[in-house]
Amino acid sequence: MTSSEWPLYEVFVRSKRGLNHVHVGSLHAPDDAMALRHARDVYTRRSEGVSIWVVRSDAITASSPDEKDPMFAPSGDKVYRHPTFYEIPDDVPHM
Amino acid sequence: MTSAVDTDLQAGFDATIAAGDRIEPRDWMPEGYRRTLVRQIAQHAHSEIIGMQPEGNWITRAPSLRRKAILLAKVQDEAGHGLYLYSACETLGVSREDLTRQLIAGAQKYSSIFNYPALSYADVGTIGWLVDGAAICNQVPLCRTSYGPYGRSMIRICKEESFHQRQGFELLATMMRGTDEQRAMVQESVDRFWKPALMMFGPPDSQSSNTEQSMAWGIKRHTNDELRERFIEMTAPQAAALGVTLPDNDLDWDEFWTVVKGGGPCSAQRIAHRKRAYDDGAWVREAAMAFAQSEVDGLAQRVSRDQEADR
Ligand SMILES: [Fe+2]
Ligand SMILES: [Fe+2]
Repeated sequence: MTSSEWPLYEVFVRSKRGLNHVHVGSLHAPDDAMALRHARDVYTRRSEGVSIWVVRSDAITASSPDEKDPMFAPSGDKVYRHPTFYEIPDDVPHM
Repeated sequence: MTSAVDTDLQAGFDATIAAGDRIEPRDWMPEGYRRTLVRQIAQHAHSEIIGMQPEGNWITRAPSLRRKAILLAKVQDEAGHGLYLYSACETLGVSREDLTRQLIAGAQKYSSIFNYPALSYADVGTIGWLVDGAAICNQVPLCRTSYGPYGRSMIRICKEESFHQRQGFELLATMMRGTDEQRAMVQESVDRFWKPALMMFGPPDSQSSNTEQSMAWGIKRHTNDELRERFIEMTAPQAAALGVTLPDNDLDWDEFWTVVKGGGPCSAQRIAHRKRAYDDGAWVREAAMAFAQSEVDGLAQRVSRDQEADR
């Protein structure tokens, strides 16, 4: 059975030079070029962006929400990675 | 010979820079701008990676589990900083593999500071306080550098550097509350690191051939001497709070150029170590690729078997 539905694409928009592309949503398109055009029409109708990336959703490997705890556990008990862990007297400037 | 198209492209680039806007990877840019960025970002990335060595030596010898964990976390951060910067550099069309090879071959440089040894445990504190301190002073203005990916990696890095400087200062402050011998160790360490730390800002403006063009392109926002002065001003009250005396600020630029050209006390050792790590890691890189390929082959085989069975 083949589906006639166009593949799903994820859309990333850079709102302004200097900023990262940020994920804004997804859309269906028959190919990469059309995905880009659709993304422009769907997500940047009010000059929300200066650059767009589209990537097929099935090309994305994502961490699973169920694994959230084991996945991110290693950083949970490392408070010493944060500057506030260290006591610096208030009268020491620029630190 | 310049065509009308080239002139338009150059004008667009100039206007972006003049407006204080960022250049992004797919924008047209002059070849000199690209080359300068590759050189600077690669040098910066190499410094993060080579910079793991002097401190890494102390991880197993740090005096408590707490200090070991902190130092391990810091050195791990530096590896991350190297990777952020290599990835920013790769947006300019170079490969990380090639940059690493150039470092090992001596064709690209890294910060002169990492050619000095970390001789005592107090050096771990001094490096955090002065070396990371100087790096922060240099890096904060780079968050506004004109090349987008470089500026964004600097923002990530600066956020993480704060802990590096603070753990160093805290370590030294702890030792200063200890015995006379410990206080002497701290002072001796600061005496050795002060001038090399000041040299991290690069040669004096009068000898810095690239500064003017880099500032015109918005890559650099301040001259070497401006940043050095700022660092000295910021550090003086910290030294007073710590109870150490900073040496004078007379720098020996002949020493600087010797170290930059690979004649520092640890230069040969640093590169040899990096090369060994790279060579010794070859089988891991190859094995991982072979495994990934076998997964792909295995999947293809299963699919064709299933199709066969369906017939
Ligand atoms: Fe760093
Ligand atoms: Fe650091």
